[in-house]
Amino acid sequence: MNSGYAVPAVALVLVSTVLVGAFGLRISRTTSDFYVASRTVGPRLNAAAISGEYLSAASFLGIAGLVLVQGADMLWYPVGYTAGYLVLLLFVAAPLRRSGAYTLPDFAEARLASQAVRRLAGAFVVGVGWLYLLPQLQGAGLTLTVLTGAPDWLGGVIVAVVVTAIVAAGGMRSITFVQAFQYWLKLTALLVPALFLVLAWQGDGAPGRAFDEPAAFREQRSVRVQDPLALRLDRPLTVTVDGTVDGRAHDHAAVRLEPGTHRIAAGTHLTFAAGTPVPAAGHGADDALSPSRAESRTERPLYATYGLILATFFGTMGLPHVVVRFYTSPHGVAARRTTVAVLALIGAFYLLPPVYGALGRLYAPELTLTGDADAAVLLLPGRMIGGVGGDLLGALVAGGAFAAFLSTASGLTMAVAGVLTQDVLPSRGVRHFRLGTVLAMAVPLAASALVGGLPVADAVGLAFAVSASSFCPLLVLGIWWRRLTPPGAAAGMLVGGGSALLAVAATMAGFPGGGGALHALLAWPALWSVPLGFLTMILVSLATPGRVPAGTAAILARFHLPEELRSEVTP
Amino acid sequence: MSGFLAGLVVAVLPLLAAGFWLGRRTARPQHLGGLGTPVEHATFQTLHTASLATPPLRAGLTEETARKSARKLRSLLGTDALCLTDLTDVLVWDGAGAHHRTEIMERLAGPLETGRGEAFPLVCDTPDCAVRWAVVAPLTVDDRVHGALVACAPKESAVLVRAAGEVARWVSVQLELADLDQSRTRLIEAEIKALRAQISPHFIFNSLAVIASFVRTDPERARELLLEFADFTRYSFRRHGDFTTLADELHAIDHYLALVRARFGDRLAVTLQIAPEVLPVALPFLCLQPLVENAVKHGLEGKTDRCHIRISAQDEGAEALVVIEDDGAGMDPGLLRRILAREVSPSGGIGLSNVDDRLRQVYGDDHGLVIETAAGAGMKITVRLPKYQPGVHSAGRIGRG
Repeated sequence: MNSGYAVPAVALVLVSTVLVGAFGLRISRTTSDFYVASRTVGPRLNAAAISGEYLSAASFLGIAGLVLVQGADMLWYPVGYTAGYLVLLLFVAAPLRRSGAYTLPDFAEARLASQAVRRLAGAFVVGVGWLYLLPQLQGAGLTLTVLTGAPDWLGGVIVAVVVTAIVAAGGMRSITFVQAFQYWLKLTALLVPALFLVLAWQGDGAPGRAFDEPAAFREQRSVRVQDPLALRLDRPLTVTVDGTVDGRAHDHAAVRLEPGTHRIAAGTHLTFAAGTPVPAAGHGADDALSPSRAESRTERPLYATYGLILATFFGTMGLPHVVVRFYTSPHGVAARRTTVAVLALIGAFYLLPPVYGALGRLYAPELTLTGDADAAVLLLPGRMIGGVGGDLLGALVAGGAFAAFLSTASGLTMAVAGVLTQDVLPSRGVRHFRLGTVLAMAVPLAASALVGGLPVADAVGLAFAVSASSFCPLLVLGIWWRRLTPPGAAAGMLVGGGSALLAVAATMAGFPGGGGALHALLAWPALWSVPLGFLTMILVSLATPGRVPAGTAAILARFHLPEELRSEVTP
Repeated sequence: MSGFLAGLVVAVLPLLAAGFWLGRRTARPQHLGGLGTPVEHATFQTLHTASLATPPLRAGLTEETARKSARKLRSLLGTDALCLTDLTDVLVWDGAGAHHRTEIMERLAGPLETGRGEAFPLVCDTPDCAVRWAVVAPLTVDDRVHGALVACAPKESAVLVRAAGEVARWVSVQLELADLDQSRTRLIEAEIKALRAQISPHFIFNSLAVIASFVRTDPERARELLLEFADFTRYSFRRHGDFTTLADELHAIDHYLALVRARFGDRLAVTLQIAPEVLPVALPFLCLQPLVENAVKHGLEGKTDRCHIRISAQDEGAEALVVIEDDGAGMDPGLLRRILAREVSPSGGIGLSNVDDRLRQVYGDDHGLVIETAAGAGMKITVRLPKYQPGVHSAGRIGRG
């Protein structure tokens, strides 16, 4: 791809973000302007801001990559990411706003009046935030590598530095406008190229069979293998090899590979003829992370799908950067309206990544071999349209991708740094907030250097699983069950969220390798850890009936009564 | 391999955090261990245990605080069972022999009436009951009995009688302090209530005079101003809730400024810069308007030309930052310090010191007013309002009239 257009596009996104952030304030000088200056954020603006903050690298790049590699099964990802807001709307949005809480630890304290539960919730906010930041940085690294050939870590470092600088310097002064701007930017960056791509596809005779299993090469295609690769073949395959296969060197020789597993060395060029099915690829044995997860999914697709659905449906309400945005709504009803608008905006956005995924299966199937499937969105414009038009569209997509990293990463960093400053680091003050910001970003940056090829959407799925097992029970039971006690809430978060976190850690560490039932259970923990969290919270609460906080009835009344009635209830 | 490392890091992090927490919880006693002779060491231990039992008791004698402090008190006394009661019920029973609860309450009637300690054997049918004997020491605040501390032991012990008496006296002192805390809170609450309705009489007089001056020349303007005045007074005299939202407070300030502007015309210029994210923040009722009133007063004082007032509210993560700035006469910092310390009374209107006190009372000492000023250099007042503070909820929804 021609980086001559992409780099200015990325720079433009950065500059315009900073400008909107610095000058997007409403200023009034006369009385008549006052109502403009002090108008609260309306549901539509706030919804655009929430969507802008929420649509991350996983949505922008990851979904298309997964659809490309694994086909239509992966459409559950966009469905889950969207439907999470339905659950949020039904059970949480308005009461959460009426609770007056700004962050999740605030909510824990408001509902249970317990410092211990507050700290525990803070720890989980930090954990979920770090898990979620990790794929953002990786996505940035990948994007920059694809665009300019820069080393893998550079993009992550750039995003980390920019975000840390923005947040530590006092944050975006008009964060709502920035995030709303980012939403429309991301939508445009995906929608406009998608229109052109679909036109190009039409002009190509609208070839179908995008979701045929397996995807096939439509024309002769040469692939350079960057990392050692294990090809698994079900039937013989003839391929032209320039490099090393199974330890034997070939020089532009046609090789017939028998069914079984074949090891391809790094740097090898494979040339596939048109019509060849794309072989299934696994990376080298020591790097068993993403392929093993992918394999286990094909082995127990139903279980994995349910795990994914549960994690995304119930995990959204516990994302720290989403929760803080609800505070901007002036009251509970506005929070509900905002959520409805978010559903519409996000629903519209999520129609697009599957289009890229499907087109990727047709036009760039070899990405599954090189391990860069997440780059499909970035490469397709150049591949399908080409020329200056393709480059410009590619630059637009690249800009949108960077907007995705920036908005989500800055929202998460704000949330994590806030919790670190308030609940973890010793005392308060501006300098501590800066320290918290650096800490909030340094840990995921270091982790992203350690974890190489975690698929972006999968990594986000893990963050959702932990959030769903710890915060979903806390929020749902906290809002709807009057017998919840502080020990119950603490135990539920520890058992549910803790077990999900351990399962995530075990999976990341490659334990237990090889697949099987246990592996699937650990790779998709939500299906058992969410009920476990609920059950623990309920049972421990029932076992400690004496610890129900004193003002529970009044607190729940405040959560559920519309604000108009409140003044008549409270003297 | 790298995946394994990362997983290891993720797995170890919670353990590290737990270890850090445990370490902090247990660190202090160990610090003391290395110091001094065994006797001094024992003294340190006792003082440390006593200091651990203090914080819950400072909130008064309730079931919750009794439960939190009972274990510490029992280790202070070294008895098998310890029980705290109020005048009617056992609040907590820590240790063995909880089946003596009702018996204890029956035997307590006398000591609670007279306020004098007592020791008596317990009647028990259980053969292997660990407690046979009880010492009662009443807890008194201002010579009124509030409850009793009961220590139980297997056999009679004069040492325990003495120790229980001392611990009960110490607990009584803590409860007296709690009582003082409560009366201080009540005093400040009363002060806030008194302050709330107190808009400056000068302001009412001046506003009415201005409106009167418009009645004949510009009746329409007079009507508008009268409505502004009505809105402002309705807000000020509102009765429900101690807290309001930043949006409502800003609207009140707008009404106030409209009336002031009618009086001073072009001499007063106001700039507002409000981040919409912070408008729902809850804050003590009428705690910004006095600051604006102060800015107006200082801005126009001793000046004939224009005065400029800037009001801004910014989003600062978990806090809202409100800045009120004027370019007027300013003030001598020393004098201001004395006014805030209540050593001299301010010259008029609602003092800054009162707003400062209320902010500190609600949000803690970190959130008092920050004032930057010098004589002739204007004044800049900064208020940091946390977006969430336990117990701070605005009454009603924002955006009404």
